[in-house]
Amino acid sequence: MSHEGCRHLLAGLSDYLDGEASAELCAEIQKHMADCGKCRVVINTLRKTVELYHRLPRPAFPDDARERLYKSLELSGYLK
Amino acid sequence: MAAIEQDRELLERIRAGDKTACDDCIRIHSHSIYRLALRLMRDEADAEDVVQETFLSAFKGIDRFDGRSGLSTWLYRIGFNAAMMRLRRRRPEFVPVDTIDEPEGDLPIPEALVDWCLLPEQELVRAEARAEMERAIGELPPKLRAVFVMRELEELSTGETAQALGLSEQAVKTRLHRARLLLRERLTGYFAAGASANL
Repeated sequence: MSHEGCRHLLAGLSDYLDGEASAELCAEIQKHMADCGKCRVVINTLRKTVELYHRLPRPAFPDDARERLYKSLELSGYLK
Repeated sequence: MAAIEQDRELLERIRAGDKTACDDCIRIHSHSIYRLALRLMRDEADAEDVVQETFLSAFKGIDRFDGRSGLSTWLYRIGFNAAMMRLRRRRPEFVPVDTIDEPEGDLPIPEALVDWCLLPEQELVRAEARAEMERAIGELPPKLRAVFVMRELEELSTGETAQALGLSEQAVKTRLHRARLLLRERLTGYFAAGASANL
């Protein structure tokens, strides 16, 4: 991604992906993407990166750790 | 019940010394504080200690909560500070996440330009790939990591993240964008081999 036009658009890519870019910026990015294969790859892989991170498993606070927490807070009587 | 009302009711009960309210608070918020701590500390035992410190500190200092942010945001802030203190103790030379705004410098320029989006779904979500994704979070500069975890993984709003970290909303947006670019670069390096084989 060395072209000046590509670098110019780089700062706005997250806004674009999050739907927070102005109509003007969206149009500019879409027009640029139509002509620039490298930027298409960057935007598509950036979108995919975000999507994959959204789908990462969400570890829970382990039950045994919760038991220790309740003991330290003198809340053991409330463990269910 | 709306979050604000739920917070207010919970706070009144905690302040009144109702221990079932502490129990409710832990049930609601411990998982998200634990995940933040785990991503910051990269160690389960340390993350557990951070959660413990967070709730101890929150219940002791409940009268200091002024309600300007949500209870969840306040707990994130306590948890984040507890994690930073521990990281500093672990490595005295550790430079904590800057809670003041500062110039961010140039954005990382994307260099890896392989399109791996069409890799089969099972390639993208297999355990090894997910472990790589977690490692990549852990290797983000700390100032970007906290923002990324709160915004992207815990799905706090830009405003909530800014409040929890003491940053401007613009700084949160910039750091999130930088983190995404760095992670994209890293994942592209990781998935590129698979993508080439599928071409």
